[in-house]
Amino acid sequence: MVNKLTSITSLTRNGVRDWLVQRVTSLILAVYILFLLGYLVFHPSIEFFAWQSLFQSTAFRVFSVLFLLSLMWHAWIGMWTIVTDYIKPADIRLAVILIIIIALFAYVIWGIDILWSA
Amino acid sequence: MNKQRPINVYLLTYKYPVTAIISVLHRVSGAFVFLLIPLLLWMLASSLASPQQFDELQGMLGNPMMKLILWLFLSALLYHLVAGIRHLAMDFGVGESLNSACRSAWAVAIIAAILILLTGIWLW
Ligand code: HEM
Repeated sequence: MVNKLTSITSLTRNGVRDWLVQRVTSLILAVYILFLLGYLVFHPSIEFFAWQSLFQSTAFRVFSVLFLLSLMWHAWIGMWTIVTDYIKPADIRLAVILIIIIALFAYVIWGIDILWSA
Repeated sequence: MNKQRPINVYLLTYKYPVTAIISVLHRVSGAFVFLLIPLLLWMLASSLASPQQFDELQGMLGNPMMKLILWLFLSALLYHLVAGIRHLAMDFGVGESLNSACRSAWAVAIIAAILILLTGIWLW
């Protein structure tokens, strides 16, 4: 039961593929985070309209959605690894990982909503 | 199993190599960043909603408690990022020997500490 659970709740149901997805997504996350931090550091007295126009440009929206999806996949794999390491009873493990996965889906949808109402 | 084998469950008496500490902190920081995602999305939403809400958010971030939370979040994120880059390098076979693993672990600790310090200066 636990073994089956472990496999069906993993992102790709394949350890090597999960491993690769986590590396690729971490690069996208890193580039986006460094860009945003750099933007904030170099615009110390940032004001609303400049900030809004950044998030209204198509290129940055694409980049942001890419970030949100990468975040979901990366955190799914990462939290799955942690949960399977520390939570042994099958029912609790399933409940926790499902809550995490549903939350991550919700964050992506919420994030897209934020981007498109900006 | 040998019932007489020495066991030690008192974690504080272990000696932890720097590489182990760097690795477990990477895990802790990743989980912490995960937990704070909703706070960040909420901040992004208010910063983009209207000029009024943007100003309100800026005012709120002046509050020492909020600054502390933001600093903890950014510290965890920066740490996770720096240690993550080391992890990726080792995945590609760079610096895998015990010696260089210890050196890069120290490098991660020092670089992350400097970045966390700079973030604190930047926020305050
Ligand atoms: C932006 C939000 C991020 C979140 C919420 C997050 C979360 C996590 C979590 C929970 C893990 C599992 C840790 C473990 O298994 O011990 C993990 C692993 C990892 N993260 Fe992140 N991470 C983020 C960003 C990044 C970034 C920017 C990098 C850049 C280099 C990165 C690189 C890695 C790597 C390489 C691993 C694999 C570690 C392993 O296999 O032990 N992460 N992440």
